[in-house]
Amino acid sequence: MMEDLAMHLLEILINSVSAGAKHILLTIFEDTQKDTIEMCVKDDGKGMNQEDAERFVDPFRTTRTTRSIGLGLSFLKGLSDTCNGTFAIKSQKGVGTEVHCSVQRSFIDTPPIGDIGQTIMSVVQANENISLRFEYALDGQMFIFDTDEIRKQLDGVSLLEPDILLWIHDYVNNGVTSLSKEE
Amino acid sequence: MKSLDDLKKLRDEALKKVEMREGGKEYRIVVGMATSGIAAGARPVLNQLVKEASENNYNCVITQTGDIGLNSYEPIVQVFDKDNNQVTYVHVTPEKASRILKEHIGEGKVVDEYTVDTAEREGGKL
Repeated sequence: MMEDLAMHLLEILINSVSAGAKHILLTIFEDTQKDTIEMCVKDDGKGMNQEDAERFVDPFRTTRTTRSIGLGLSFLKGLSDTCNGTFAIKSQKGVGTEVHCSVQRSFIDTPPIGDIGQTIMSVVQANENISLRFEYALDGQMFIFDTDEIRKQLDGVSLLEPDILLWIHDYVNNGVTSLSKEE
Repeated sequence: MKSLDDLKKLRDEALKKVEMREGGKEYRIVVGMATSGIAAGARPVLNQLVKEASENNYNCVITQTGDIGLNSYEPIVQVFDKDNNQVTYVHVTPEKASRILKEHIGEGKVVDEYTVDTAEREGGKL
């Protein structure tokens, strides 16, 4: 169902969009020495108190009012449990939410990163006014994508123009795979 | 078209396309991308829509939203016209998405057989 890490992350990112975030930071750090993939989604959305944040991870303990949070967090927690990883959520009302998840990189059940370009494109489509920054690193080599930078380049042309969306999709995927190839 | 330098060129082209479509965006296309949508295959549908809209310069903007509330009908694509009239397409595949773009956005004709009304009339089978 959730075929790759990009799909899991899209879920979490859309939570951030729904929480009214103006800035979202997505990081994916791969480390071949430590054999880990560390992922983090950090937003400045409306946040929630820490107790609730931890409760939302368990789908069976949520109440109807939590419907808008969805299953994304439980799926991600499940992923980290399955793949020898770690999971943490930090949230503060009025400040924002931070979701951390890691997996063992070489573990047999660890899914591929997948179409992360599509994930980034989708978040832009969900709300083009959000400042979205994506940092990807493989053993310290880094690729950064930042919608603020792109907006400057576009000088008035909307990020939602199909040509621009496709460019974002390809640019991000190229950025990520070009680092992986050097491995 | 993969570097930041390419973006500048692309920007000028996009601007030309925008000018060709004077009068603003005629249609707004919304794809449901909540857990159920993603699991049902909304991702390739969204990709197909963006790709073809770019190739044919269709007069539309493509966005996505979370839960539309018809989980068993996912993937769902909603088309809004300028007056906010809404058509809901259900069980959309990339192939159906192409036809919706061509006929609904391109020619202004609703593709009746893919709408939620048709699906409900036929008892959810499509």
